Amino acid sequence: MTVTDTAHRQRRSPLTWWRGGGAGALLFLLPMLLIFGLFSWWPILRTGVMSFQHTNLVEPAQWIGLENFRNVLHDPLLPVAIRNTAYFAGLAFVFGYPVPLLMAVIMSDARRLRGLFSMLAYLPVVVPPAVAVLLWRFFYDASPSGVFNSVLGKVGVGPVPWLESSHAVMPALVLEATWAAAGGTVIIYLAALVSVPPELYDAAEADGAGVFRKIWHVTLPHLRGIMLITLILQIIGTAQVFLEPYLFTDGGPDNSSLTVLLLIFNYAFGSTTGGGDYGSATALSLMLAVALAILSFIYFRVTRSWSTS
Amino acid sequence: MRIKRLRSLAVVATLASLSTLAACGSSSDAGESNGKVTITVEGWRPGDGKDTIAAVKAQAAAFHKENPNITVVPKEWQWNAATFPAQLAGGTLPTTFRVPFTDTKSLVERGQVADVDSVIRALPYFTQLNPTVLAAAQGTDGKIYGLPSDVYASGLHYNRTLFTQAGLDPEKPPTTWDEVRADAKAIHDKTGQAGYATMTKENQGGWILTTLTYALGGQMETQSGDTFTATVNNEATKQALGYLHDMRWSDDSMSGNTSYNWNSINQAFAAGKVGMYLSGSDVYNALVTTNKINPDEYGLAAMPLGSPDGGALGGGSVNVVSAKATKAQAAAAVAWDDFFRVRKYVDEASAVADAKLLVADNQPVGTPTFPIFDQATWQKNQDWIKSYVNVPQQQMQSFMTGMFTQKLLSEPPSQTQALYGALDPAVQKVLSDKNADISSLLDQANDKVQQLLDKS
Repeated sequence: MTVTDTAHRQRRSPLTWWRGGGAGALLFLLPMLLIFGLFSWWPILRTGVMSFQHTNLVEPAQWIGLENFRNVLHDPLLPVAIRNTAYFAGLAFVFGYPVPLLMAVIMSDARRLRGLFSMLAYLPVVVPPAVAVLLWRFFYDASPSGVFNSVLGKVGVGPVPWLESSHAVMPALVLEATWAAAGGTVIIYLAALVSVPPELYDAAEADGAGVFRKIWHVTLPHLRGIMLITLILQIIGTAQVFLEPYLFTDGGPDNSSLTVLLLIFNYAFGSTTGGGDYGSATALSLMLAVALAILSFIYFRVTRSWSTS
Repeated sequence: MRIKRLRSLAVVATLASLSTLAACGSSSDAGESNGKVTITVEGWRPGDGKDTIAAVKAQAAAFHKENPNITVVPKEWQWNAATFPAQLAGGTLPTTFRVPFTDTKSLVERGQVADVDSVIRALPYFTQLNPTVLAAAQGTDGKIYGLPSDVYASGLHYNRTLFTQAGLDPEKPPTTWDEVRADAKAIHDKTGQAGYATMTKENQGGWILTTLTYALGGQMETQSGDTFTATVNNEATKQALGYLHDMRWSDDSMSGNTSYNWNSINQAFAAGKVGMYLSGSDVYNALVTTNKINPDEYGLAAMPLGSPDGGALGGGSVNVVSAKATKAQAAAAVAWDDFFRVRKYVDEASAVADAKLLVADNQPVGTPTFPIFDQATWQKNQDWIKSYVNVPQQQMQSFMTGMFTQKLLSEPPSQTQALYGALDPAVQKVLSDKNADISSLLDQANDKVQQLLDKS
């Protein structure tokens, strides 16, 4: 932006804005503003307000200061939920993050059947999540006749209580979540890979580079920006994991798959606290949102210099 | 010119959107004018057939004829703890609706249902209501918050085919918990299916553990005046978890699948994968309509008791009134609940009409329920609907005879759902960890429940 631009902008008054057709712009913005305002910003604002209140949704809410936050911080289940969520995010980072990248790189090499492969990779994303969970329940059936257990039984392993053991449950949930979500990220990577100039591969080949050196020296540097974005999206996504523990285990066994979001849900709508504690639910939601906002801010500051390819 | 038109369009659009917002914010009409009152009521459940819907509408019209000042608008509704708060806050709840016993007390404690004490006490049959059943609709303040209906006692459901395959006599279901354990082992050893299974999550693990505790003579809470004390770590609960532990680990008669809620255990049972489990006596209805069980395989036994103090935990629904209803609406709502839900237990014409409707809609008639009033009134009702019965009552004989000799016990009075929720992890731990320390698990749960009781 030039100095002249800035000076010009400073001179604009509401009148010039109006004369310049600002109202027309507003008209086109209005539907978006309304929809976002009503369904996103207003609920966020209400969440902030409710976290300082006690309400039964019938009588007027009472202001109770930081009581809800104190309740949440003193809940012995909070550290459990944070630990489980971090464990889920960690496992998803180690196992779930590289999978779409590898798939995309391999698929982009297979030029003839790329369309078929990307369709197959994307298929799990199209399956409705509840249906996917139902399907995976058969895979994870703990009896010897379960899908995974009957396969393992052939090589003399198991039966493994996939969802019934506090050790196996989180890896099992991560496996399903990776299967369900990888397709979307694969498509993003595939789109980014198209932008890599083919001459670079040819040049690398002329220099005697093999497949792995080509990936390391040509492909990955080009994907760096996208990878950093997908990583923060994955961190934010896994910190808010809810669907898998809710539908598979309801946080069990013995709270070993209780996540922060499931705890929020339970505060408001049932389970361990008996539900109805909307104040604590909104307080923890707010704390999670602030924590994730700070994390994202730090992440972007730290990775700013790496993200340009 | 074009810009000018755009500008005026923008102004109109802004105003229109603001007025829409204002309309969203304004509350709906309270439903009263000139002594006439309109109420919305829970009419039918999602998925009910058009015959049911037509029949409910006909009942609403009949009620209007009897009470010309009250207009009843039935709507599709089913209790769901997760959507209830939004419906309450948004004003879309029916004026009156049914809530399971387990959730009624939580709603009462949070002030989310109306106080209809005086209206219910004025009903002609109020003094004849079974006090244990009425307790489910009572707050800790002693006031009545609704009219109970569809009451059942818990029982032992068993698969007759698996019994036969295991060399057991399906006409002689177990009557003690040692027999349950032995039969479960026989079923698993001979058929490979789970001999016994139990719900473990969504508070239902704690609910069934409480059922088992009651059968063994324990109590989860004691009351002294307004003070409640948690007794979750009592001997009967320890014994109950001990039974589960031994069936899971020593006998290996529960199979590895232990992650069950109400729906999934019904599904597994109807599919022949579970020999025995505890649930409410009315679960047969869901097993038939949702899980398509083969009726020949089904058996229902009275709750096996382990102590003279033991009894069967009761369940059912309470017809409550939304906290947002006006006084006139609340009175009208109770009148409707009396007409639609309770009168069939005391009035022959209503009973027969109800049974006819159910048969026409291929719904089960004759599934054991527990008397809301005394046994004689219940028996009369059974005689009225006898020719419409379409469930295999001879396979439920053990329960039908045991039901009147057993004590019917009501749920823990304070923080019921929270108490159940605190027990879920204990049940899950015992079934997932061979070396689980039952006493310390129950001590932890007890501390948690006591904290909640102290807060309420």
